[in-house]
Amino acid sequence: MPLPRLIPCLDVAGGRVVKGVRFEGLADVGDPVELGAAYSDAGADELVFLDVKATLDRRRLLLDLVSRIADRLAIPFTVGGGLREVGDAEALLRAGADKVSLNTAALERPALVGELARRLGSQAVVVAIDTAGGRVFTRAGTEPTGREVVAWAREAEERGAGEILLTSIDADGTREGYDLEVTRAVAEAVSIPLIASGGAGTARHVADALEVAQAALLASIVHENPARLAALRTELRALGVPLRDAA
Amino acid sequence: MNVAVCDYGAGNVRSVVVALERLGARTRVSSDPAAVRAADVAVLPGVGSAASAMAALRERGLDGALRERVLAGRFTLGICLGLQLALEESDEDGGVDGLGLLPGRAVLLRGGRVPRIGWAEVAPGGDAFYFAHSYAAETPAAVAHSEGVVAAAEAGSFLGVQFHPEKSGAAGARFLERCLSRA
Repeated sequence: MPLPRLIPCLDVAGGRVVKGVRFEGLADVGDPVELGAAYSDAGADELVFLDVKATLDRRRLLLDLVSRIADRLAIPFTVGGGLREVGDAEALLRAGADKVSLNTAALERPALVGELARRLGSQAVVVAIDTAGGRVFTRAGTEPTGREVVAWAREAEERGAGEILLTSIDADGTREGYDLEVTRAVAEAVSIPLIASGGAGTARHVADALEVAQAALLASIVHENPARLAALRTELRALGVPLRDAA
Repeated sequence: MNVAVCDYGAGNVRSVVVALERLGARTRVSSDPAAVRAADVAVLPGVGSAASAMAALRERGLDGALRERVLAGRFTLGICLGLQLALEESDEDGGVDGLGLLPGRAVLLRGGRVPRIGWAEVAPGGDAFYFAHSYAAETPAAVAHSEGVVAAAEAGSFLGVQFHPEKSGAAGARFLERCLSRA
């Protein structure tokens, strides 16, 4: 298996990085390209940029941002938010993204996952799942779907997803630890890589998540201070987590 | 030094161009067979599926251009799917004939989570590079491995790598610099 991955996540809106607690109360925390570069320098294995307020008229803005990120970074990055069609995903990859992440669009039209996988390859298709109480939520975690999280993760894999990005809505932004129970349930149900998300507060939390998942998404634990990522890597190594040598 | 990055209409070629330009190489994305044939270095990047990529290469006449430049001894680098396309055949998409620049075939990865995504060490060398693939080369031309998977294969003036040097940070830049210095 490849080495465990640390993936800082930057929620973007209107070209800026924002962060909310439990999906609400967005606050401006910086410039996406500068923060992305700072994380890359601090040893991030990948980055995720989620456009949390994606709308049609902002698509051009997002593509410009993706190009600027690609021009600056030499590590892989995923872009998500507002994706509706194969053409949207192709444009993001042409602009320099390595993968696209889809959430609401996949729930509304699951066949889109297969269409993207056939056109871009599974390795470029991340299905993001927001969950609470074993159920799947949509529209930035606000709307219940009635779907069961493990069943949806399995269906996403069968349709061609290359990775699952699993966010616990209850844990998100709390810094009280990842939801290991739901993470383990999904990890055991699928054979594609799993990215755990929501709740990182300490190195121990991240190490525990990486026992179960192949990657850990990091948001509020590193946002206020990108240098925190370098320190976190050192702490994780001391806990026995085999991270890559980024030098 | 001028580099031609083959454009066959799919995937992220921008990152490859940016990575080479950072190293000072004059880099152009091209679907013109003559330009690909004549460049000091040609890069066959690869994202997407084997069948549609091969069809797109043939449609543009890039398959012949790549074979000719390799026969003429001009350095050519295949990345990820670009390595798999260079083999004689691939099991992907129900079986696809490749360019035949390298002996062997691309087979579906067995064991572990597939796609195999993430950073993994490559031997010889020991640096970690970024991989994202579901198929891998089985070839007698292998020159480097990563966790039992062929990481690089070489025949004549063609070198194929399964990892993405353009996405592999400092280690990737060092690798690309060595490639440019061979030309």
